[in-house]
Amino acid sequence: MVGRAVTSRDLVLGRLRAALAADTAAPVDVPRDYRQAAAVDLDQLAQRLADYRAHVHRVAEGAVADTIADLLPAGGTVVVPPGLPPAWLPPTVTALPDDGLDHARIGAADAVVTAAAVAIAQTGTVVLDASPDQGRRVLSLLPDRHVCVVRADQVVATVPEALARLTPHRPLTWISGPSATSDIELIRVEGVHGPRQLHIILLP
Amino acid sequence: MPTTTPPVTAPTGVGHLRGDESFPTAARRSLADPQLRRNLRHATTTIRAKSAGVIAEQSDWEQLRTAGAAIKADTLRRLPDLLEQLEEKVTGAGGVVHWAADAVEANRVVTDLVRATGADRVIKVKSMATQEIGLNEALEAAGITAVETDLAELIVQLGDDRPSHILVPAIHRNRAEIREIFLREMPGVDPALTDDPTALAAAARRFLRETFLSTPVAVSGANFAVAETGTLAVVESEGNGRMCLTLPETLITVMGVEKVVPTWRDLEVFLQLLPRASTGERMNPYTSMWTGVTPGDGPQTFHLVLLDNGRSAVLADEVGRQALRCIRCSACLNVCPVYERAGGHAYGSVYPGPIGAVLSPQLTGIEDNASLPYASTLCGACYDACPVKINIPELLVHLRAEAVESRPRPTAESIAMAAAAYTMDRPRLYAAGQRAARLSRLAGRRGRGLPPPLNGWTASRDLPEPPAQTFREWWAGR
Repeated sequence: MVGRAVTSRDLVLGRLRAALAADTAAPVDVPRDYRQAAAVDLDQLAQRLADYRAHVHRVAEGAVADTIADLLPAGGTVVVPPGLPPAWLPPTVTALPDDGLDHARIGAADAVVTAAAVAIAQTGTVVLDASPDQGRRVLSLLPDRHVCVVRADQVVATVPEALARLTPHRPLTWISGPSATSDIELIRVEGVHGPRQLHIILLP
Repeated sequence: MPTTTPPVTAPTGVGHLRGDESFPTAARRSLADPQLRRNLRHATTTIRAKSAGVIAEQSDWEQLRTAGAAIKADTLRRLPDLLEQLEEKVTGAGGVVHWAADAVEANRVVTDLVRATGADRVIKVKSMATQEIGLNEALEAAGITAVETDLAELIVQLGDDRPSHILVPAIHRNRAEIREIFLREMPGVDPALTDDPTALAAAARRFLRETFLSTPVAVSGANFAVAETGTLAVVESEGNGRMCLTLPETLITVMGVEKVVPTWRDLEVFLQLLPRASTGERMNPYTSMWTGVTPGDGPQTFHLVLLDNGRSAVLADEVGRQALRCIRCSACLNVCPVYERAGGHAYGSVYPGPIGAVLSPQLTGIEDNASLPYASTLCGACYDACPVKINIPELLVHLRAEAVESRPRPTAESIAMAAAAYTMDRPRLYAAGQRAARLSRLAGRRGRGLPPPLNGWTASRDLPEPPAQTFREWWAGR
């Protein structure tokens, strides 16, 4: 080892290898006999989202804009990811297309509207993967209201099915209800730092 | 040729793995605090009930536990190779990987990284690893302010306090105390603040929003890191984690080496086990996953610090290593009759409860936490509750044996046992002893306890009152 300092990497890996050197433990097979898949139940998704105090609206795709119009004050500002279907936005709101919006403008908006990548019925979860119809992660983080449109064919029943559909290299945000805390006397309070309201528009 | 160096325990003088006093001494103080015991009982019973409800919904819970335990056991057997794979994948995705042999080195690495950005403040997501190494203190010594952003951690930090539970670190505080801390320590707080939890959370939201938006560096821990893809995952509830992982220019993640999992698919097991065992939810409100750096989205500089700090020493013990399976859910705290009464501070280390009683002494070496393996009744509730099936009672017994081995001999216990054997071999001496014990009834009331060095036995038990007549006397006079 003359002339070469031991790096921390060598040190840690060396210690770990030494710890395992006298190992007698047999190789481990991972049994995966837990539930992998199940039939999709949209009612279950709606009910479990509502359990976590998300507001669920079940409408046809043609009614998305009207639903959003009812949720937001007239003239309200809405952050819009670049690939969001234009027909989803009602004429009553002011769109803020994300062309590199700064944090202050995103945070001051009344709402953000996004699509989703996957939803999980059994856990009441929607997953965003930063595709063009969802945009950068910050878009769904700073506004006080998040309206997320989910198509029925994006809904799976179980967590294993969701992971199988997702691409690990994209930034992923799993959302189950609005931001919440139970840190004070275990009393649930919604909206600590993330959006205080989560609206899910569930399409057939 | 690979270097081989013997495993080493966590160094002294840095971080929070050792208490200032033994468990019995510290526990005696917390047992005398009725407020603390009320809060703990409320917290543990509430979380237990919630958790039981959502676990009952999951008909394959036992299969998930078995899979979770197996994935972790497999990971530990192949830990060095998996870490090398993780390093390669994170680096390939634009991240920078650092290795830290112990707390001192990890603190230095993070401090240097923050300094290099020119920032004098970092925002932090709740992280057990950075508490373990005492990162906040190290940053402060370097003139860098670390702002805890989890509500409970903020309460603990502003109150100049210590966390008492892995999941709900401020559970020892009630709303009135939290209001007082906020009024006293939170800059710009509304003096009309009430103690309504919604109002208190809103005060934290206002206080931290500007900090989130103006701080260019964040420090996080990690719940999981996938070797196969280089993906990191953080689970949370409030959105403070998302703020830290999304808004700053630089993200520094400090992760114990045991947090790696082999494959992407393995997350399907842990994302089902962790929320149900931990907060009693089907899924926690937010989970963030990222792989290296994504151009135009989130931090554009990502550092991953892989921390040993005694883990190699735990790994070297084939029985003890199962403690490294822990996913920090805190289910074992919530079912433990000792934790429920003694509280988190009594354990001295940042890892309280049953898992702390087996993890801390292994990370530090048994000499430095010798009383912790005794902080248990061996009732086994923790083993049943553990989502990755860590056999904590087995570990406690294993570590008790080690603690006895490490003690200078002879101990009071071994002397007492030798004396008992000698006396019982000599009937006349035994009878005399029994008469003497009866006489002691006249000398003192029940509950006084034995004189030193035997008072250790009676400190936590009532001494049974000797009978007025021994069996031998009754037999003789029959």
